[in-house]
Amino acid sequence: MIKLHSINEYEELSKKFNGSKNSNTHIISISSGTCGHASGSIELEEALKQAVKGYEDQIGLKSTGCHGFCAAEPNVIILPEKIFYKNLKPEDAPYIIQSILNGEILDNLVINENGIKYPYIHEIPFYKLQRRILTASNIVIDPQNIEDYIAIGGYKGLIKALRMQPKEIIEEIKKSGLRGRGGAGFPTGIKWEIASNQKSDIKFIICNADEGDPGAYMDRNLLEANPQLIIEGMIIGAYAIGANRGWVYVRDEYPLAVKTITINVNNAREMGFLGKNILNSGFDFDIEITRGAGAFVCGEETALIHSIEGKRGNPSQRPPFPAEKGLFGKPTNINNVETWANIPKIIEKGAKWYANIGTERSKGTKIFSLVGNVKNTGLVEVPMGITIDEVVFDIGSGALNGKKIKAIQTGGPSGGCIPLEHFHLPIDYESLKKAGSIMGSGGMIVMDEDTCMVDFARYFINFLQGESCGKCSSCREGTQRMFEILTDITEGKADEESIELLEELAYIIKATSLCGLGQTAPNPVLSTLKYFREEYIAHIKDKKCPAGVCRALLTYKINPENCTGCGVCKINCPEGAIIGEPKQPHIIDQNKCIKCGFCQDNCKFDSIICEI
Amino acid sequence: MPKIIVDGIEIDCPAFWTILDATNFIGINIPTLCYHKGLSLWGGCRLCIVEIREGDNTKFVSSCTFPVQEGLFIRTASQKVIKARKMILELLIAQNPTSKVLQDLASKIGLRKIRFKPKWENCIYCGLCVRICEEQMMANAIGFINRGDKLKITTPFDKNSEDCRRCGGCMYICPACTLRCEGPHPESVLCNGCYNILQPTCLELYENYSCWMGLKGECGTCVNLKKNEEID
Repeated sequence: MIKLHSINEYEELSKKFNGSKNSNTHIISISSGTCGHASGSIELEEALKQAVKGYEDQIGLKSTGCHGFCAAEPNVIILPEKIFYKNLKPEDAPYIIQSILNGEILDNLVINENGIKYPYIHEIPFYKLQRRILTASNIVIDPQNIEDYIAIGGYKGLIKALRMQPKEIIEEIKKSGLRGRGGAGFPTGIKWEIASNQKSDIKFIICNADEGDPGAYMDRNLLEANPQLIIEGMIIGAYAIGANRGWVYVRDEYPLAVKTITINVNNAREMGFLGKNILNSGFDFDIEITRGAGAFVCGEETALIHSIEGKRGNPSQRPPFPAEKGLFGKPTNINNVETWANIPKIIEKGAKWYANIGTERSKGTKIFSLVGNVKNTGLVEVPMGITIDEVVFDIGSGALNGKKIKAIQTGGPSGGCIPLEHFHLPIDYESLKKAGSIMGSGGMIVMDEDTCMVDFARYFINFLQGESCGKCSSCREGTQRMFEILTDITEGKADEESIELLEELAYIIKATSLCGLGQTAPNPVLSTLKYFREEYIAHIKDKKCPAGVCRALLTYKINPENCTGCGVCKINCPEGAIIGEPKQPHIIDQNKCIKCGFCQDNCKFDSIICEI
Repeated sequence: MPKIIVDGIEIDCPAFWTILDATNFIGINIPTLCYHKGLSLWGGCRLCIVEIREGDNTKFVSSCTFPVQEGLFIRTASQKVIKARKMILELLIAQNPTSKVLQDLASKIGLRKIRFKPKWENCIYCGLCVRICEEQMMANAIGFINRGDKLKITTPFDKNSEDCRRCGGCMYICPACTLRCEGPHPESVLCNGCYNILQPTCLELYENYSCWMGLKGECGTCVNLKKNEEID
């Protein structure tokens, strides 16, 4: 790797990369993020390596970050035609190589939706409706190789920024209308301005990669697939603010992300993008990696700062804001991974271009992880202002197994749910807040009719009661008590006063908690109470769970017409709740039944009925 | 010196003060639990919350940690504050009903009912012991471990700590486990044996005689019925 000493040297290098075309005529790009590994991309890659032997001059292999289409993992994209093959097995490898050599398309491996086949990536509905600014280059970049990034025009933004004054960069970011992608949506330009206006010799910047929301993984995807984009954004930010040291706080549960970002920081340092006197501009900056130990609350900025300092990850009162007094008492600017990743694009293409995307108050694109009971799960990058309908039904292709979609949860555990009748809402910071949810970091969990909303709220409150740092009593005790009440409701032990108490408690936790975790923790409860109150009442008054999820409210019965009296259920019942003579229809003693469902699973005659 | 308005009273206070310093200075009583003069600020118990104006809205902040700012408008005893404070104390007492400090506070702010199942724990995690050990005794022998529902205060690895000098500072300062309230009925969660007068609260609607501040609604914290009628 050559070290670049000046901007001219960079420009020569990027010209060289642009001029020299890859020697292979075709490249197979293998989606090999953590999600890919989990579904077998390593085996697939091995098989492809074996199959490609003898044709290396024509076909090259490239192991890239995740391509975003999780439902189709493991998948490959054939470049430059951009043919997309889904759900591959190692056995498919020789056929893929042969088809490339013959110039054919394998019909059985392409995306097939409602009988129509979509061989090319730009035709697939999942990709067609997205606007991939940050994630588009994932398919061509080998995340271990910085040269790939420079070849597609990487670090152009930094070069442009180094020729600008720091104030001009901040103005540009302000004009672009970029808002923090971590959840709260604070305008990034204003945040930078506050930090840059602080009178201090030492300033720090931090990249918050402590992504802890269940069902959200867009930060991991960026870290694994295109880490140089984040590093470039951080260098530009540091230059604008006047910081000389930066941290990437990444959670240790993302081993591949930790590995890739560490390699890439080292590569960037070797190339001369980090270190002393970057590209002869007189500006010094370096990045350190700090691994988080997996506490959800460390995604909160003050807790994150304490964690980097080596203290317990407890949040503290703001003001003083980190921009005034942050890491080691110095002005600190913290932004989310996705926010940093947006910066190079804004600087390179201009604020005007960026401000054209999105709605009036929410600009640009946002990556969402679309998961849950939806056909096309994966990471979708859409412009702000797109409706939930379009994301769920057009990109996500609706519910699995022909079920009816009931609601969507946005913003992870701190977000709320939005019912089907509000799916016409545009996705931006304000309208989601108005609907009782938040944008959050971008998790989108689709729920179908088989989801019990009380149980759903209970799941998230359970997560939060375990992840509250425990410093402030309203959050620690409040979430535990909310969980207690919700458990009572799902077990049919609650009375009508419980709902009132739950609601009162939720509002008070929201108002009085110290940090963002507590202030948003009651959102799952409040939003389900707002839109699905009748389900709560059904649990309490009728002792019934309309979705048939809450086990304690189910009743198991034996249909005497089908029962042959074989006694299998009797043997399998752990509580001895089934009574009956051999060859006579059996009965279930409801007082003893713990609703485990073993009898139903083991009955060969379908004679056990579960009544909702 | 920033000028702030507390319950209608204007004060100029030094810039390093917190809201609690200012209210103590003018004699407004705000209940506190995890606050101690000799220790660093914590802001964990949330009992000292007050309502401050923020744009068109108000928000709750803990007065012990919030620094004074120019033009800060504070209500220390609005209905909302009292309601929230009672709920927080209710949560704390349900966790640890045997603390005399908490039971006294309940009498003071007029808490009459506990709606949660008592846990009969011994600790309320106010962090006073951890801070006195670290800051005054310079021992650092105890600290928090785990988080959420598994939170605990203990010595490292739950073993006898060599750093602990058995000074007893933690026991001296503890509001929960040292002073026990057995109460008139040991089995009841709430004692209220020391019940004294209610802390006055602001009215949502202004009446001529009831303003406890004697301000006749001039502080602007309650809705003036008369003024509204005139407008109609």
